[in-house]
Amino acid sequence: METPAIARPARPNWIVLWGSLTLTVLLIGLYLALLWAPEEATMGIYQRIFYTHVPAAFTAFVAFFINLVASVLYLLRRSRLADAWAVAAAEVGVVFLSINLITGPIWAKPIWGIWWTWDARLTLDLVLWVMYVSYLLLRQLTPRGDLQPRLAAALACFFFVDVPINYMAIRWWRTQHPQPVIFGGPGSGLAPQMYVALAVCCMAFMLLGYVLLRLRLEQEMDRHALDDAQRALLLEDVGG
Amino acid sequence: MHSVVAAFAVAWIIHIVYLFSLAARQRELRRALDAVTPRDLR
Repeated sequence: METPAIARPARPNWIVLWGSLTLTVLLIGLYLALLWAPEEATMGIYQRIFYTHVPAAFTAFVAFFINLVASVLYLLRRSRLADAWAVAAAEVGVVFLSINLITGPIWAKPIWGIWWTWDARLTLDLVLWVMYVSYLLLRQLTPRGDLQPRLAAALACFFFVDVPINYMAIRWWRTQHPQPVIFGGPGSGLAPQMYVALAVCCMAFMLLGYVLLRLRLEQEMDRHALDDAQRALLLEDVGG
Repeated sequence: MHSVVAAFAVAWIIHIVYLFSLAARQRELRRALDAVTPRDLR
C-alpha cells in the first residue's frame, strides 16, 4: 500500500502581506489611542485603556461567532475544514478575551478603587472565558476521533449563548461596569475623535485576529495531515 | 499613567507569547510530518 500524498502548502506568502498591514494598522491605532484621541473629562488618562479593552472583547466575540458557525457546519456536514475553523477560532477568541479580562481590572483599580467585583458583566465575561478554555481542554485532553469534534461542536453551540447575554448585560442590569457608550441610547456616545481611534484599534485587532486565525487554521490542517499519514503507515505495517 | 502602559503592554505581550507558541507548535508539527512523509513528497 502506498503512503498517501500529504497536502503540504508552500510557506505562506500571505503572512508577509497581512502581517505588515496588521503591524501598520496596530501602530497607527496605538498612536491614535495614546496621543491623538482627546483625554476623557472624568477618568483622564486611564480612559485610554478603553482602546485596547473594547477591541479585544469585540474581536473575541467575533471569533466565538466564527466558532459557532463552524461548529454548526461541522454538525451538519462533518467537514474537517469546519472543525479546524472551530478550534482555531475558539483559541484565538480565548487569547483576545484574556486581554479583555486582564486590562479590565487594570482599568478598574484606579477608577473604582477595586480590581474586581462580581457584577453581571464581569462575571459573565469570566464565565465565557472559563467555558471556552474548557472547550480547548476538551479538545486537547480527549482522544482525537469522531466523537471529540462532535462533542466539542455541540458544546460550542451551548457556550455561545453567553455571548449575547454578556453583550446585553450592561443594558439589562444595573452593573458596576459602565453603561454602554456605543449603541447605548440617549445620553451615551463618544467624542468624534474617540470614535475614530476606537474604530482603528478595532480594525487593528480584527486584522491581528485574522492573521492568528489563519496561522492556527493551517496548523490544524497539518495536524489532520499528520493523523492521516500516521494512520496510513500503521495500516501499511499491519498489511505487511 | 502606569496603568495605561501596563494595559497596552499586557495586550502586546499576550499576542507575542501566543505567536511564539504557535510558531513552536508549528515547528514540532512540521518535524513530525517530515518524519512520516516520503522524501519525494516533501
